[in-house]
Amino acid sequence: MMSLYTRRIWINRIGITLSMLAMSLGLIALLWILWTLFSKGFAALSWDLFTQDTPAPGSEGGGLRNAIVGSGLILLFSMLISTPIGILAGIYLAEFGRVSKFASFTRFMTDIMLSAPSIVIGLFVYALFVATTGGFSGWAGSLALALIAIPVVVRTTENMLKLVPTSLREAAFAVGAPRWQVSLKVTLRAVKSGVVTGVLLAMARITGETAPLLFTALNNQFFSTNMAEPMGNLPVVIFQFALSPYDNWVNLAWGGALLIAFLVLAVNIAVRVVFRNKDKR
Amino acid sequence: MSEPSVTAGIDLHARQVRKFRLQDRFFHHSTQLFAFVVLATLVGILASLTIEAWPSLKEFGPSFLWTNIWSVPDDEYGALAAIYGTVVTSVLALLIAVPISFGIALFLTETCPVWLRRPLGTAIELLAGIPSIVYGIWGLFVFAPLFAEYIQPPLQEWLGDVPVIGSWFSGPPIGVGILTASIVLSLMVIPFIASVMRDVFETVPHVLKESAYGMGCTTWEVVRSVVLPYTRVGVIGGIMLGLGRALGETMAVTFVIGNANRINGSLFAPGTSIASTLANEFGEADPGLHIASLFALGLVLFIITFVVLAISRWLISRSLGSEGL
Repeated sequence: MMSLYTRRIWINRIGITLSMLAMSLGLIALLWILWTLFSKGFAALSWDLFTQDTPAPGSEGGGLRNAIVGSGLILLFSMLISTPIGILAGIYLAEFGRVSKFASFTRFMTDIMLSAPSIVIGLFVYALFVATTGGFSGWAGSLALALIAIPVVVRTTENMLKLVPTSLREAAFAVGAPRWQVSLKVTLRAVKSGVVTGVLLAMARITGETAPLLFTALNNQFFSTNMAEPMGNLPVVIFQFALSPYDNWVNLAWGGALLIAFLVLAVNIAVRVVFRNKDKR
Repeated sequence: MSEPSVTAGIDLHARQVRKFRLQDRFFHHSTQLFAFVVLATLVGILASLTIEAWPSLKEFGPSFLWTNIWSVPDDEYGALAAIYGTVVTSVLALLIAVPISFGIALFLTETCPVWLRRPLGTAIELLAGIPSIVYGIWGLFVFAPLFAEYIQPPLQEWLGDVPVIGSWFSGPPIGVGILTASIVLSLMVIPFIASVMRDVFETVPHVLKESAYGMGCTTWEVVRSVVLPYTRVGVIGGIMLGLGRALGETMAVTFVIGNANRINGSLFAPGTSIASTLANEFGEADPGLHIASLFALGLVLFIITFVVLAISRWLISRSLGSEGL
């Protein structure tokens, strides 16, 4: 018969050990996925990846040039749409919306939109844009991704602006500055780096989004910079190539996955490192 | 003789103030307009999905939800198989993810050395940063073959003869299927649940924990009897957030669920989910009932996730104070 004391000690030991196991399981999953990506992705990396277009079925070699350029263009325009909208909406929530019912409702809905299924956003843009303007296009893809990025930018901008001390605002008001100047030239400037971080995180979030692009930008086997036409992009190419029977296509899919994951993780890590240095100061 | 210039000065000042006030009103309303964009998107999604799904809703009525048929040649559609796959994979994913997330949060807040907290916390958050399509190809090319070779046969051997439970593990071990999708999904939602749990665990006042430690409680007892009761609401909110994520996840599931539009009692069997049906069929859907039924599926998915996420956000914000996440 074990004494109560030893039993408690043992229960504690088992609990703590299990929690450490859970932690190591999480780390193992991360390392396993990263290792797979690097080992399979590096095998596919070559100059051809950046200088040649996606190959036709059955042909040898090929690269991802059209998909990389397409992804870049779609991302660029979706950030151009979402950044101003997100920042201004964030300013509203932080500066005018501390007590208003409309603002707290908007804040709540923004939080829901942060996790809303991205494929439904794709359906929405299809119904709104693709079906009415008569075709898949890079613009539709940018719009879908922008709708996903906006909530991220809104919430980070608002959270950053909330950190600005009230005394800074009051000082600006005291010298007679109107509200819009206080918002844009004082508080927003004070948290510039935080807002940039939010925009970067939003970009990282949409870089790997595949589902909303399936029915909007579609794909294009050829090099194209025409945003009004269907446009090749990395996530959809990875999706189609990974499920194809051709070895070189599957290889290209791994190369593309490595490119995307590297970009996303680099932004995530860089943002955290920059912020840690800020904290120390 | 300075009077005119003084009034001119006051005039100028009044005009300046009026100009500022106008500008401010303009600024206030234009930022409000942009905040409205988010709300408009939400309403727009609901409205446009309903409009596009209308032919199907009219044809099949509410029985769309519980009809187990999805036949393009016969033009007959019901959502049951997709809803079944979505719910089963998400719930199984939570069953796996919740204990692991709890362990991670416990470790990060109670037992982890302080200098390790930040790097380990970041590592878990990076799991959330990996794009879902990467989980998908990893699941299909790396995890599923290993699962079929080393895990499925032993599972069948041990549990295959047990009544009821045995049938969950019947069928050929082909790697892809409902259970594989659940495991990959669980990896994807762990970081979300774990970081909410860690955040709410950190809101427990030190005094409370220290008085329990002072009475001689072990770490495990402190977490079970002090931390968990104190943070119950937030923990449930975190779990619901994970559920909302899992329900709507598309790419990772599409790669590993097997994409068979039918209900099979075995967890090894291929199935489908709402999101993966959309990803697979929408691109080549025929106009008419097929595409309308796919929109109806999207509508069902949106409503389910909306409710789950709304409950989750409400619980989390109650637990963390008005700041939200």
